[in-house]
Amino acid sequence: MRIELTFINKLGRVVLNFFEAAGKLGIFCGETVYHCVTPPFYLKSLGRQLIEIGFYSLPVVALTTLFSGMVIALQTYTGFAQLSAEGAVAMVVLVAVTRELAPVMAGLMVAGRIGAAMAAEIGTMRVTEQIDALSTLSVNPFKYLIAPRVLAGVLMLPVLVFIGDIIGICGGYMIGVYKLDFNATTYLMNTWQYLKPMDIISGLTKAAVFGFIITLLGCYNGFQSKGGAQGVGQATTNAVVSASILILIFNYILTEIFFNV
Amino acid sequence: MAFFGRKEKPVVPKIRMEKVCKAFGKKHVLQDLDLTVNTGESLVIIGGSGTGKSVTLKCILGLLKADSGQIEIDGQDMAKLSRREREKVLTQFGMLFQNAALFDSLTVWENVAFSLIQNKKMNRKEARKIAVKKLAQVGLGRDVADVYPADLSGGMRKRVGLARAIATDPAVIFFDEPTTGLDPIMSDVINELIVKTVKELGATALTITHDMNSARKIADRIAMLYEGKIIWIGTVKELDKTKNPYVRQFVAGSASGPIQMEVKVPQ
Ligand SMILES: Nc1ncnc2c1ncn2[C@@H]1O[C@H](COP(=O)(O)OP(=O)(O)OP(=O)(O)O)[C@@H](O)[C@H]1O
Ligand SMILES: [Mg+2]
Repeated sequence: MRIELTFINKLGRVVLNFFEAAGKLGIFCGETVYHCVTPPFYLKSLGRQLIEIGFYSLPVVALTTLFSGMVIALQTYTGFAQLSAEGAVAMVVLVAVTRELAPVMAGLMVAGRIGAAMAAEIGTMRVTEQIDALSTLSVNPFKYLIAPRVLAGVLMLPVLVFIGDIIGICGGYMIGVYKLDFNATTYLMNTWQYLKPMDIISGLTKAAVFGFIITLLGCYNGFQSKGGAQGVGQATTNAVVSASILILIFNYILTEIFFNV
Repeated sequence: MAFFGRKEKPVVPKIRMEKVCKAFGKKHVLQDLDLTVNTGESLVIIGGSGTGKSVTLKCILGLLKADSGQIEIDGQDMAKLSRREREKVLTQFGMLFQNAALFDSLTVWENVAFSLIQNKKMNRKEARKIAVKKLAQVGLGRDVADVYPADLSGGMRKRVGLARAIATDPAVIFFDEPTTGLDPIMSDVINELIVKTVKELGATALTITHDMNSARKIADRIAMLYEGKIIWIGTVKELDKTKNPYVRQFVAGSASGPIQMEVKVPQ
């Protein structure tokens, strides 16, 4: 009897904690959106974040999407399409990269790179009272710190993913033409023929959502952190893990919405 | 209408705290704290370490939310104002944090000029000039202006924080231990700066300090915080005459008296 009670107690606490955390994140999210669309805007901070997220993440995103495109081409060929390979490989690479691989890969990589850095930076600012100092200097921390980061994430991830799309398709092309000896012109023709705007658009929309998730959770975890170096470390871990999980969940949800099967 | 002999309007205090309570979990830091700071006066809060002096300042600034009680600034109840109105009221405040809380991604002069650039939209050249002037007032030279806070000593950081707090000539300034970590001569320079700021700019100052010399020098009134309440308040003269055993012990700095430090000596 007692064991059951403590079990129910614990379960209840877990459930309550979950809803409390979800509620807090929801409020934070609402506040962030509000401050993203109301002046004053800190354009300089926004510019810095655009460069930080967009430009400096480019190598990581390029490498991951390149190899993803290459491996998809190889797998499609060796796995199940040796017979009518030329058309199938081009199409599978195109669809897989634009719909799934580029957004998800870029999202996860940027979560590791940017989400962690944001949580650490804002967390340090929190525990050293720099965020309090911002308020006393009449600068709203949401406007100065969080809105530029979230806006930059939402704007830059689609750009990164678009570039990733191109690089991933090039990766598939390289494998197809140089390793599997497909005819280059036919491969390109096939790719062009199967290219559907919807694939690209859905991928870019996913990217924007992922950008929001990454930056929001990075900022949220940093903002809530307390207790010195250990707290900041914890915030960083939480930011990356929770963003990665949410990216995969939302990837499924968005796919369901877009390709309503 | 003056000849109708209307009574003078009651003076609205700059800051009035009434029955303010603040607890962290089970730890009750402020319990029914009452405190009034008049416009243009320099009030010093003394009290033991960890009694909630910094928490008091943060509650006034809204950085911490009081659990109960009333905080009025210029007669306006802060809890009843909208966020925008509250932010507006707080623009007249400046604060020196106990650990300076400088922005480590900005250089020293950018820290000092932060509010000038962000709020007053001053151009950088002009803002820098003012920053350098304010730095000079706290005894820091031009050479410090372009380094990052991480490269400064603790006392230098504190002074940069002070320069930042007074950069916009705020009407109300909070100093959280302005002279801690400074040598005696520099302490006195800072004391004089605070006195000058209050006298010349007509600012209202609320200072926390453990340094009785400094308190005597800058205070119009001194308040003592103990167990979450203001247990004594009075002028410097009254401080020397008071019979309040808590205040006497604190001023004398003696370990024996009614205030028992919780020092756990292993048996
Ligand atoms: N954010 C917080 N979370 C939990 N407890 C806190 C927090 N801030 C302060 N406290 C607690 O409140 C008490 C009062 O803290 P405060 O910083 O006001 O002390 P103080 O009077 O300024 O001391 P000192 O003179 O050493 O600076 C302390 O016991 C501290 O542990
Ligand atoms: Mg303190």
